[in-house]
Amino acid sequence: MGYTAKFKVWRGDDTGGGIEDFNVDVNEGEVVLDIIHRLQATQAPDLAVRWNCKAGKCGSCSAEVNGKPRLMCMTRMSTFTEDETITITPMRTFPVIRDLVTDVSYNYEKARMVPAFAPPADLAPGDYRMAQIDVERSQEFRKCIECFMCNNVCHAVRDHEENKTTFSGPRFLMRIAELDMHPLDTVDRREVAVEDHGVGYCNITKCCTEVCPEHIKITDNAIIPLKERIADKKYDPIFSIASLFKRNKQGRQAAPDTPHATK
Amino acid sequence: MADSAHNLSNAARGWESAMATTGIEAPGRAQIGAKTLRTDAWWIAPLLTFLALTAFVVYSAWRVFSGKYYFYEPYISVYYSPCLSTSCVPGSEFAGSPISWWKMSPALLVAWIPLAFRFTCYYYRKAYFRSFWLSPPACAVAEPHGKYTGERRLPLILNNLHRYAFYLGLVLNVILTWDAILAFRNHNGEWGHMGLGTVFLTVNAACLWLYSLSCHSCRNAVGGRITHFSKHPVRYQMWTLVSKLNSRHMMWAWISLCTVVVADFYVYLLASGRVSDLTFF
Repeated sequence: MGYTAKFKVWRGDDTGGGIEDFNVDVNEGEVVLDIIHRLQATQAPDLAVRWNCKAGKCGSCSAEVNGKPRLMCMTRMSTFTEDETITITPMRTFPVIRDLVTDVSYNYEKARMVPAFAPPADLAPGDYRMAQIDVERSQEFRKCIECFMCNNVCHAVRDHEENKTTFSGPRFLMRIAELDMHPLDTVDRREVAVEDHGVGYCNITKCCTEVCPEHIKITDNAIIPLKERIADKKYDPIFSIASLFKRNKQGRQAAPDTPHATK
Repeated sequence: MADSAHNLSNAARGWESAMATTGIEAPGRAQIGAKTLRTDAWWIAPLLTFLALTAFVVYSAWRVFSGKYYFYEPYISVYYSPCLSTSCVPGSEFAGSPISWWKMSPALLVAWIPLAFRFTCYYYRKAYFRSFWLSPPACAVAEPHGKYTGERRLPLILNNLHRYAFYLGLVLNVILTWDAILAFRNHNGEWGHMGLGTVFLTVNAACLWLYSLSCHSCRNAVGGRITHFSKHPVRYQMWTLVSKLNSRHMMWAWISLCTVVVADFYVYLLASGRVSDLTFF
Protein backbone atom coordinates (compact mmCIF):
# COMPACT_ATOMS: atom_id res chain seq x y z
CA MET A 1 0.00 0.00 0.00
CA GLY A 2 1.71 3.19 -1.15
CA TYR A 3 1.80 6.57 0.56
CA THR A 4 3.67 9.85 0.34
CA ALA A 5 6.37 10.26 2.95
CA LYS A 6 7.93 13.47 4.23
CA PHE A 7 11.70 13.49 3.88
CA LYS A 8 14.37 15.94 4.97
CA VAL A 9 17.66 15.44 3.17
CA TRP A 10 20.89 17.33 3.78
CA ARG A 11 22.24 18.84 0.60
CA GLY A 12 25.46 20.74 0.15
CA ASP A 13 29.20 20.32 0.17
CA ASP A 14 32.22 21.28 2.28
CA THR A 15 31.49 24.97 1.79
CA GLY A 16 28.02 24.76 3.29
CA GLY A 17 24.57 23.35 2.86
CA GLY A 18 21.32 22.66 4.61
CA ILE A 19 18.40 20.33 5.07
CA GLU A 20 15.81 20.39 2.26
CA ASP A 21 12.23 19.09 2.40
CA PHE A 22 10.82 16.55 -0.04
CA ASN A 23 7.62 14.57 -0.39
CA VAL A 24 8.33 11.19 -1.97
CA ASP A 25 6.15 8.21 -2.87
CA VAL A 26 6.77 5.04 -0.88
CA ASN A 27 5.70 1.53 -1.88
CA GLU A 28 5.33 -1.54 0.25
CA GLY A 29 8.58 -3.40 0.95
CA GLU A 30 10.89 -0.51 0.15
CA VAL A 31 13.96 0.63 2.05
CA VAL A 32 15.31 4.14 2.59
CA LEU A 33 17.78 3.76 -0.29
CA ASP A 34 14.85 3.07 -2.66
CA ILE A 35 13.32 6.38 -1.65
CA ILE A 36 16.61 8.21 -2.15
CA HIS A 37 16.83 6.69 -5.62
CA ARG A 38 13.24 7.78 -6.37
CA LEU A 39 14.16 11.24 -5.18
CA GLN A 40 17.07 11.26 -7.62
CA ALA A 41 14.85 10.02 -10.44
CA THR A 42 11.98 12.45 -9.90
CA GLN A 43 13.00 15.58 -8.01
CA ALA A 44 16.73 15.93 -7.41
CA PRO A 45 18.73 14.39 -10.28
CA ASP A 46 21.99 15.86 -8.97
CA LEU A 47 21.60 14.35 -5.47
CA ALA A 48 24.87 12.59 -4.61
CA VAL A 49 24.65 9.22 -2.83
CA ARG A 50 27.14 6.37 -2.62
CA TRP A 51 25.74 2.86 -2.95
CA ASN A 52 26.54 -0.45 -4.52
CA CYS A 53 25.16 -3.84 -3.48
CA LYS A 54 21.81 -2.84 -1.96
CA ALA A 55 22.10 -5.96 0.18
CA GLY A 56 23.90 -4.80 3.31
CA LYS A 57 27.21 -6.32 2.28
CA CYS A 58 29.25 -3.60 0.60
CA GLY A 59 29.07 -0.95 3.32
CA SER A 60 28.72 1.90 0.81
CA CYS A 61 25.39 3.52 1.71
CA SER A 62 26.20 4.46 5.32
CA ALA A 63 24.36 7.60 6.38
CA GLU A 64 22.43 8.92 9.36
CA VAL A 65 18.71 8.25 9.39
CA ASN A 66 16.85 10.30 11.98
CA GLY A 67 20.20 10.94 13.63
CA LYS A 68 21.26 7.30 13.87
CA PRO A 69 24.03 5.77 11.74
CA ARG A 70 22.36 3.25 9.43
CA LEU A 71 22.85 1.49 6.14
CA MET A 72 20.17 3.06 3.95
CA CYS A 73 19.73 -0.20 2.05
CA MET A 74 18.94 -2.09 5.25
CA THR A 75 16.57 0.43 6.79
CA ARG A 76 13.04 -0.62 5.94
CA MET A 77 10.44 2.07 5.44
CA SER A 78 8.02 -0.11 7.38
CA THR A 79 9.95 0.76 10.57
CA PHE A 80 8.57 4.31 10.31
CA THR A 81 5.03 5.50 10.66
CA GLU A 82 3.41 7.04 7.59
CA ASP A 83 3.18 10.48 9.20
CA GLU A 84 6.79 10.47 10.39
CA THR A 85 9.29 12.87 8.86
CA ILE A 86 12.49 11.04 8.01
CA THR A 87 15.73 12.99 8.11
CA ILE A 88 18.71 11.77 6.12
CA THR A 89 22.16 13.30 6.55
CA PRO A 90 25.67 12.22 5.63
CA MET A 91 27.86 10.67 8.32
CA ARG A 92 28.87 13.53 10.57
CA THR A 93 32.36 12.40 11.55
CA PHE A 94 33.94 12.51 8.11
CA PRO A 95 34.41 15.46 5.73
CA VAL A 96 31.50 15.82 3.38
CA ILE A 97 32.16 15.70 -0.37
CA ARG A 98 28.64 16.37 -1.55
CA ASP A 99 25.12 15.69 -0.27
CA LEU A 100 25.17 12.22 1.34
CA VAL A 101 28.68 11.31 0.23
CA THR A 102 31.56 11.68 2.68
CA ASP A 103 35.30 11.34 2.36
CA VAL A 104 36.18 8.23 4.39
CA SER A 105 39.89 8.25 3.53
CA TYR A 106 40.70 8.66 7.24
CA ASN A 107 39.75 5.00 7.60
CA TYR A 108 42.03 3.84 4.80
CA GLU A 109 44.94 5.80 6.25
CA LYS A 110 44.40 4.07 9.59
CA ALA A 111 44.06 0.69 7.86
CA ARG A 112 47.50 1.10 6.34
CA MET A 113 48.95 1.64 9.80
CA VAL A 114 47.92 -1.82 11.02
CA PRO A 115 50.84 -4.28 10.74
CA ALA A 116 49.91 -7.00 8.25
CA PHE A 117 49.23 -10.64 9.14
CA ALA A 118 52.60 -12.31 9.76
CA PRO A 119 52.62 -16.12 9.79
CA PRO A 120 55.76 -18.02 10.88
CA ALA A 121 58.58 -17.54 8.38
CA ASP A 122 58.96 -21.29 7.79
CA LEU A 123 55.28 -21.81 7.00
CA ALA A 124 54.41 -21.55 3.33
CA PRO A 125 51.01 -20.37 2.12
CA GLY A 126 48.89 -23.47 1.66
CA ASP A 127 50.42 -25.15 4.69
CA TYR A 128 48.39 -23.18 7.21
CA ARG A 129 46.58 -25.56 9.57
CA MET A 130 44.40 -24.24 12.36
CA ALA A 131 41.80 -25.76 14.65
CA GLN A 132 38.37 -24.19 14.29
CA ILE A 133 38.22 -23.20 17.97
CA ASP A 134 41.48 -21.27 17.50
CA VAL A 135 40.21 -19.11 14.65
CA GLU A 136 36.54 -18.65 15.49
CA ARG A 137 37.12 -15.59 17.63
CA SER A 138 38.89 -13.86 14.74
CA GLN A 139 36.25 -15.02 12.28
CA GLU A 140 33.56 -12.95 14.00
CA PHE A 141 35.52 -9.83 13.11
CA ARG A 142 35.89 -10.93 9.48
CA LYS A 143 32.17 -10.23 9.06
CA CYS A 144 33.02 -6.52 9.01
CA ILE A 145 31.81 -4.89 5.76
CA GLU A 146 33.74 -1.67 6.42
CA CYS A 147 30.73 0.60 6.42
CA PHE A 148 32.69 2.70 8.98
CA MET A 149 29.58 3.45 11.00
CA CYS A 150 31.44 2.34 14.15
CA ASN A 151 34.14 4.92 13.51
CA ASN A 152 31.45 7.45 12.60
CA VAL A 153 29.59 7.03 15.88
CA CYS A 154 32.63 6.86 18.15
CA HIS A 155 32.56 10.09 20.15
CA ALA A 156 36.36 10.12 20.52
CA VAL A 157 36.63 11.28 16.89
CA ARG A 158 33.05 12.34 16.15
CA ASP A 159 33.16 15.03 18.83
CA HIS A 160 36.92 15.64 18.73
CA GLU A 161 38.40 16.15 15.29
CA GLU A 162 41.86 16.58 16.79
CA ASN A 163 41.88 12.96 18.00
CA LYS A 164 41.88 11.65 14.44
CA THR A 165 45.66 11.89 14.37
CA THR A 166 46.12 9.59 17.36
CA PHE A 167 43.03 7.37 17.45
CA SER A 168 42.08 4.82 14.79
CA GLY A 169 38.56 4.08 16.00
CA PRO A 170 36.83 0.78 16.78
CA ARG A 171 37.13 -0.63 13.24
CA PHE A 172 40.90 -0.81 13.40
CA LEU A 173 41.18 -1.71 17.07
CA MET A 174 39.02 -4.67 16.10
CA ARG A 175 41.40 -5.47 13.22
CA ILE A 176 44.35 -5.40 15.63
CA ALA A 177 42.48 -7.65 18.06
CA GLU A 178 41.62 -10.00 15.21
CA LEU A 179 45.27 -10.41 14.28
CA ASP A 180 46.47 -10.54 17.88
CA MET A 181 44.10 -13.46 18.53
CA HIS A 182 45.04 -15.25 15.30
CA PRO A 183 46.77 -18.58 16.05
CA LEU A 184 49.32 -18.20 13.27
CA ASP A 185 50.21 -14.56 13.70
CA THR A 186 53.65 -13.90 15.17
CA VAL A 187 53.53 -10.15 15.78
CA ASP A 188 52.91 -8.63 19.19
CA ARG A 189 50.52 -5.80 18.40
CA ARG A 190 49.81 -4.58 21.92
CA GLU A 191 52.33 -1.74 21.94
CA VAL A 192 51.15 -0.62 18.51
CA ALA A 193 47.54 -0.62 19.72
CA VAL A 194 48.47 1.79 22.50
CA GLU A 195 51.01 4.03 20.81
CA ASP A 196 49.86 4.20 17.18
CA HIS A 197 46.14 3.46 17.39
CA GLY A 198 45.18 5.04 20.72
CA VAL A 199 43.25 2.19 22.32
CA GLY A 200 43.26 4.23 25.55
CA TYR A 201 40.78 6.66 24.01
CA CYS A 202 38.07 4.00 24.13
CA ASN A 203 35.95 4.44 27.24
CA ILE A 204 33.71 1.43 26.56
CA THR A 205 30.51 3.31 25.78
CA LYS A 206 29.67 0.60 23.23
CA CYS A 207 28.16 2.80 20.53
CA CYS A 208 30.25 0.94 17.94
CA THR A 209 28.53 -2.29 18.93
CA GLU A 210 25.10 -0.63 18.87
CA VAL A 211 25.41 0.54 15.27
CA CYS A 212 27.23 -2.43 13.72
CA PRO A 213 24.99 -3.79 10.92
CA GLU A 214 26.76 -7.16 11.14
CA HIS A 215 26.04 -7.35 14.89
CA ILE A 216 29.70 -7.85 15.72
CA LYS A 217 30.29 -7.49 19.46
CA ILE A 218 33.08 -5.01 18.80
CA THR A 219 33.49 -3.82 22.37
CA ASP A 220 33.00 -7.05 24.31
CA ASN A 221 34.79 -9.40 21.94
CA ALA A 222 37.49 -7.21 20.41
CA ILE A 223 38.32 -3.98 22.23
CA ILE A 224 37.94 -5.15 25.83
CA PRO A 225 39.92 -8.38 25.24
CA LEU A 226 42.56 -6.22 23.53
CA LYS A 227 42.62 -3.87 26.53
CA GLU A 228 42.97 -6.87 28.84
CA ARG A 229 45.85 -8.27 26.77
CA ILE A 230 47.52 -4.88 26.99
CA ALA A 231 46.93 -4.84 30.74
CA ASP A 232 48.66 -8.25 30.89
CA LYS A 233 51.72 -6.63 29.38
CA LYS A 234 51.74 -3.08 30.70
CA TYR A 235 49.80 -2.94 33.92
CA ASP A 236 50.17 -6.36 35.49
CA PRO A 237 53.54 -6.83 37.18
CA ILE A 238 52.48 -10.19 38.61
CA PHE A 239 51.72 -11.55 35.14
CA SER A 240 54.93 -10.03 33.76
CA ILE A 241 57.06 -11.68 36.47
CA ALA A 242 55.27 -15.01 36.02
CA SER A 243 55.89 -14.91 32.27
CA LEU A 244 59.66 -14.69 32.92
CA PHE A 245 59.56 -18.20 34.39
CA LYS A 246 57.56 -19.72 31.57
CA ARG A 247 59.21 -21.80 28.92
CA ASN A 248 59.78 -19.78 25.81
CA LYS A 249 56.50 -20.15 23.98
CA GLN A 250 56.04 -19.19 20.39
CA GLY A 251 58.21 -16.12 20.18
CA ARG A 252 56.28 -13.02 19.19
CA GLN A 253 58.13 -10.29 17.46
CA ALA A 254 57.66 -6.56 17.76
CA ALA A 255 55.41 -4.95 15.19
CA PRO A 256 57.23 -3.56 12.14
CA ASP A 257 57.02 0.11 11.28
CA THR A 258 53.96 1.06 9.28
CA PRO A 259 53.03 4.23 7.42
CA HIS A 260 51.48 6.83 9.66
CA ALA A 261 48.34 8.71 8.86
CA THR A 262 48.98 11.98 7.13
CA LYS A 263 46.00 13.74 8.63
CA MET B 1 17.92 32.73 39.30
CA ALA B 2 19.65 35.22 37.07
CA ASP B 3 23.00 33.63 37.93
CA SER B 4 21.75 30.15 37.00
CA ALA B 5 20.40 31.42 33.71
CA HIS B 6 23.73 33.11 33.05
CA ASN B 7 25.65 29.90 33.87
CA LEU B 8 23.38 27.81 31.66
CA SER B 9 23.81 30.29 28.89
CA ASN B 10 27.61 30.12 29.29
CA ALA B 11 27.46 26.30 29.27
CA ALA B 12 25.39 26.34 26.10
CA ARG B 13 27.83 28.76 24.49
CA GLY B 14 30.73 26.49 25.55
CA TRP B 15 28.95 23.49 24.01
CA GLU B 16 28.33 25.32 20.75
CA SER B 17 31.89 26.60 20.68
CA ALA B 18 33.28 23.08 21.24
CA MET B 19 31.06 21.71 18.48
CA ALA B 20 32.15 24.42 16.07
CA THR B 21 35.89 23.91 16.52
CA THR B 22 36.44 20.23 17.25
CA GLY B 23 33.16 18.40 17.07
CA ILE B 24 30.45 17.54 14.60
CA GLU B 25 30.55 21.03 13.12
CA ALA B 26 34.30 20.95 12.55
CA PRO B 27 35.44 22.48 9.25
CA GLY B 28 34.87 20.18 6.29
CA ARG B 29 32.01 18.25 7.83
CA ALA B 30 28.38 18.67 6.84
CA GLN B 31 27.12 21.83 8.53
CA ILE B 32 23.94 20.59 10.19
CA GLY B 33 23.72 22.58 13.41
CA ALA B 34 21.84 20.28 15.77
CA LYS B 35 23.85 18.35 18.36
CA THR B 36 21.73 15.35 17.42
CA LEU B 37 18.92 14.58 15.00
CA ARG B 38 17.75 11.55 16.93
CA THR B 39 14.00 11.51 17.33
CA ASP B 40 13.74 8.73 19.92
CA ALA B 41 13.89 9.26 23.70
CA TRP B 42 17.67 8.76 23.86
CA TRP B 43 17.90 10.66 27.14
CA ILE B 44 15.81 8.20 29.18
CA ALA B 45 18.50 5.53 29.61
CA PRO B 46 21.25 7.88 30.85
CA LEU B 47 18.76 9.68 33.10
CA LEU B 48 17.55 6.45 34.73
CA THR B 49 21.14 5.26 35.10
CA PHE B 50 22.10 8.56 36.71
CA LEU B 51 19.21 8.39 39.17
CA ALA B 52 19.77 4.74 40.06
CA LEU B 53 23.53 5.05 40.57
CA THR B 54 23.13 8.28 42.53
CA ALA B 55 20.58 6.63 44.81
CA PHE B 56 22.93 3.70 45.34
CA VAL B 57 25.89 5.95 46.13
CA VAL B 58 23.85 8.03 48.60
CA TYR B 59 22.44 4.95 50.32
CA SER B 60 25.86 3.27 50.48
CA ALA B 61 27.54 6.40 51.84
CA TRP B 62 24.90 6.66 54.56
CA ARG B 63 25.34 3.03 55.57
CA VAL B 64 29.12 2.91 55.30
CA PHE B 65 29.74 6.10 57.28
CA SER B 66 27.03 5.51 59.90
CA GLY B 67 29.01 2.76 61.66
CA LYS B 68 25.97 1.22 63.35
CA TYR B 69 23.05 -1.20 62.88
CA TYR B 70 25.11 -3.59 60.79
CA PHE B 71 24.89 -6.80 62.78
CA TYR B 72 22.00 -8.86 64.06
CA GLU B 73 22.97 -12.40 64.99
CA PRO B 74 23.45 -14.31 62.70
CA TYR B 75 23.30 -11.71 59.92
CA ILE B 76 25.99 -9.17 59.07
CA SER B 77 25.65 -6.34 56.59
CA VAL B 78 27.53 -6.83 53.30
CA TYR B 79 29.11 -3.40 53.71
CA TYR B 80 30.75 -4.39 57.01
CA SER B 81 31.98 -7.88 56.25
CA PRO B 82 34.70 -8.80 57.09
CA CYS B 83 34.52 -6.65 60.22
CA LEU B 84 38.20 -6.10 61.00
CA SER B 85 38.22 -3.31 63.59
CA THR B 86 38.28 -3.86 67.32
CA SER B 87 35.32 -1.50 67.44
CA CYS B 88 33.11 -4.08 65.68
CA VAL B 89 30.04 -5.02 67.68
CA PRO B 90 30.31 -8.36 69.57
CA GLY B 91 29.62 -11.32 67.32
CA SER B 92 30.48 -9.53 64.09
CA GLU B 93 34.27 -9.77 64.41
CA PHE B 94 36.26 -11.46 61.66
CA ALA B 95 39.55 -13.26 62.38
CA GLY B 96 39.73 -11.66 65.82
CA SER B 97 39.21 -8.17 64.40
CA PRO B 98 42.92 -7.30 64.60
CA ILE B 99 42.86 -3.63 63.61
CA SER B 100 42.85 -1.52 66.76
CA TRP B 101 44.13 1.80 65.36
CA TRP B 102 41.09 2.37 63.14
CA LYS B 103 38.70 4.85 64.76
CA MET B 104 36.17 5.41 61.99
CA SER B 105 33.38 3.15 60.72
CA PRO B 106 34.72 -0.41 60.24
CA ALA B 107 32.96 -0.54 56.88
CA LEU B 108 35.52 1.87 55.47
CA LEU B 109 38.22 -0.80 55.85
CA VAL B 110 36.56 -3.04 53.26
CA ALA B 111 33.97 -1.05 51.30
CA TRP B 112 36.64 0.41 49.01
CA ILE B 113 37.13 -3.03 47.44
CA PRO B 114 33.65 -3.39 45.90
CA LEU B 115 33.74 0.33 45.11
CA ALA B 116 36.99 -0.12 43.17
CA PHE B 117 35.64 -3.24 41.47
CA ARG B 118 32.48 -1.54 40.29
CA PHE B 119 34.14 1.77 39.40
CA THR B 120 36.69 0.07 37.13
CA CYS B 121 34.15 -2.48 35.78
CA TYR B 122 33.78 -2.35 32.00
CA TYR B 123 29.99 -2.16 32.28
CA TYR B 124 29.92 0.61 34.88
CA ARG B 125 32.43 2.58 32.83
CA LYS B 126 29.85 2.72 30.05
CA ALA B 127 27.17 3.62 32.59
CA TYR B 128 28.94 6.50 34.29
CA PHE B 129 30.68 7.87 31.20
CA ARG B 130 27.27 8.13 29.54
CA SER B 131 25.09 9.24 32.43
CA PHE B 132 27.42 11.30 34.64
CA TRP B 133 30.11 12.60 32.33
CA LEU B 134 27.90 12.72 29.19
CA SER B 135 30.80 11.43 27.18
CA PRO B 136 28.69 10.80 25.18
CA PRO B 137 25.20 10.92 26.74
CA ALA B 138 23.97 8.55 24.01
CA CYS B 139 25.18 7.30 20.65
CA ALA B 140 25.30 10.01 17.98
CA VAL B 141 24.50 12.70 20.54
CA ALA B 142 27.25 15.31 20.81
CA GLU B 143 29.05 15.50 24.12
CA PRO B 144 29.50 18.88 25.85
CA HIS B 145 33.28 18.67 26.34
CA GLY B 146 35.78 20.57 24.26
CA LYS B 147 38.56 18.07 24.90
CA TYR B 148 38.71 14.32 25.36
CA THR B 149 41.72 12.20 26.31
CA GLY B 150 39.94 8.98 27.30
CA GLU B 151 41.59 6.53 29.65
CA ARG B 152 45.14 7.47 28.77
CA ARG B 153 45.97 9.69 31.73
CA LEU B 154 45.51 9.80 35.47
CA PRO B 155 43.13 9.16 37.05
CA LEU B 156 41.20 7.20 34.40
CA ILE B 157 44.23 5.19 33.30
CA LEU B 158 43.82 3.43 36.65
CA ASN B 159 40.79 1.68 35.14
CA ASN B 160 43.39 -0.64 33.62
CA LEU B 161 43.91 -2.08 37.11
CA HIS B 162 40.43 -3.59 37.10
CA ARG B 163 41.88 -7.08 37.50
CA TYR B 164 43.28 -6.32 40.95
CA ALA B 165 39.89 -5.13 42.15
CA PHE B 166 38.51 -8.35 40.64
CA TYR B 167 40.97 -10.52 42.57
CA LEU B 168 40.21 -8.72 45.86
CA GLY B 169 36.51 -8.95 45.10
CA LEU B 170 36.81 -12.72 44.81
CA VAL B 171 38.28 -12.86 48.33
CA LEU B 172 35.38 -10.76 49.55
CA ASN B 173 32.93 -13.09 47.81
CA VAL B 174 34.36 -16.06 49.70
CA ILE B 175 33.82 -14.21 52.98
CA LEU B 176 30.28 -13.16 52.05
CA THR B 177 29.52 -16.76 51.10
CA TRP B 178 30.73 -17.83 54.54
CA ASP B 179 28.46 -15.16 56.03
CA ALA B 180 25.55 -16.69 54.11
CA ILE B 181 26.42 -20.14 55.50
CA LEU B 182 26.58 -18.70 59.02
CA ALA B 183 23.11 -17.28 58.44
CA PHE B 184 21.71 -20.82 58.60
CA ARG B 185 21.74 -20.42 62.37
CA ASN B 186 19.16 -18.82 64.61
CA HIS B 187 19.53 -15.74 66.76
CA ASN B 188 21.07 -17.89 69.53
CA GLY B 189 23.74 -19.33 67.24
CA GLU B 190 22.16 -22.77 66.80
CA TRP B 191 22.56 -24.40 63.36
CA GLY B 192 19.82 -25.71 61.12
CA HIS B 193 17.60 -22.65 61.02
CA MET B 194 16.61 -20.26 58.31
CA GLY B 195 15.04 -16.83 58.18
CA LEU B 196 14.32 -14.17 55.59
CA GLY B 197 17.80 -12.77 56.24
CA THR B 198 19.28 -16.15 55.27
CA VAL B 199 17.52 -15.86 51.92
CA PHE B 200 18.75 -12.31 51.35
CA LEU B 201 22.38 -13.08 52.27
CA THR B 202 22.43 -16.29 50.21
CA VAL B 203 20.87 -14.71 47.12
CA ASN B 204 23.20 -11.74 47.47
CA ALA B 205 26.29 -13.96 47.68
CA ALA B 206 25.14 -15.94 44.62
CA CYS B 207 24.50 -12.76 42.62
CA LEU B 208 27.87 -11.30 43.57
CA TRP B 209 29.56 -14.49 42.37
CA LEU B 210 27.69 -14.29 39.06
CA TYR B 211 28.58 -10.62 38.67
CA SER B 212 32.26 -11.30 39.49
CA LEU B 213 32.61 -14.40 37.32
CA SER B 214 30.96 -12.67 34.36
CA CYS B 215 33.63 -9.95 34.54
CA HIS B 216 35.71 -9.22 31.42
CA SER B 217 38.94 -9.53 33.42
CA CYS B 218 37.81 -12.98 34.57
CA ARG B 219 37.12 -13.88 30.94
CA ASN B 220 40.65 -12.84 30.02
CA ALA B 221 42.23 -14.63 32.99
CA VAL B 222 40.53 -17.99 32.47
CA GLY B 223 41.34 -18.22 28.76
CA GLY B 224 40.94 -15.01 26.79
CA ARG B 225 44.64 -14.25 26.91
CA ILE B 226 45.67 -17.50 25.20
CA THR B 227 45.77 -17.81 21.43
CA HIS B 228 45.66 -21.57 20.96
CA PHE B 229 42.47 -22.80 22.61
CA SER B 230 43.03 -26.23 21.07
CA LYS B 231 46.11 -26.72 23.27
CA HIS B 232 44.21 -25.78 26.45
CA PRO B 233 40.86 -27.62 26.32
CA VAL B 234 40.03 -27.05 30.01
CA ARG B 235 40.70 -23.32 29.79
CA TYR B 236 38.69 -23.20 26.57
CA GLN B 237 35.71 -24.73 28.37
CA MET B 238 36.13 -22.25 31.22
CA TRP B 239 36.40 -19.37 28.75
CA THR B 240 33.26 -20.58 26.94
CA LEU B 241 31.35 -20.72 30.22
CA VAL B 242 32.55 -17.30 31.37
CA SER B 243 31.78 -15.87 27.92
CA LYS B 244 28.16 -16.99 28.31
CA LEU B 245 28.00 -15.31 31.71
CA ASN B 246 29.81 -12.27 30.31
CA SER B 247 27.06 -11.66 27.77
CA ARG B 248 24.81 -10.92 30.78
CA HIS B 249 27.37 -8.88 32.72
CA MET B 250 25.25 -5.72 32.74
CA MET B 251 22.27 -7.66 34.08
CA TRP B 252 24.32 -9.18 36.91
CA ALA B 253 25.84 -5.77 37.66
CA TRP B 254 22.39 -4.31 38.30
CA ILE B 255 20.90 -7.34 40.03
CA SER B 256 23.85 -7.61 42.42
CA LEU B 257 23.62 -3.89 43.12
CA CYS B 258 20.01 -4.37 44.17
CA THR B 259 20.67 -7.49 46.26
CA VAL B 260 23.43 -5.65 48.16
CA VAL B 261 20.99 -2.90 49.11
CA VAL B 262 18.16 -5.27 50.00
CA ALA B 263 20.39 -7.54 52.11
CA ASP B 264 21.95 -4.61 53.93
CA PHE B 265 18.66 -2.82 54.52
CA TYR B 266 17.11 -5.93 56.04
CA VAL B 267 20.03 -6.20 58.47
CA TYR B 268 19.60 -2.49 59.25
CA LEU B 269 15.90 -2.98 59.99
CA LEU B 270 16.64 -5.92 62.28
CA ALA B 271 19.61 -4.34 64.05
CA SER B 272 17.80 -1.07 64.66
CA GLY B 273 14.80 -2.94 66.12
CA ARG B 274 12.35 -1.75 63.48
CA VAL B 275 11.26 -5.26 62.49
CA SER B 276 11.62 -8.82 63.77
CA ASP B 277 13.27 -11.52 61.71
CA LEU B 278 10.85 -13.64 59.73
CA THR B 279 11.99 -17.20 60.47
CA PHE B 280 10.98 -20.23 58.41
CA PHE B 281 12.38 -23.00 60.62
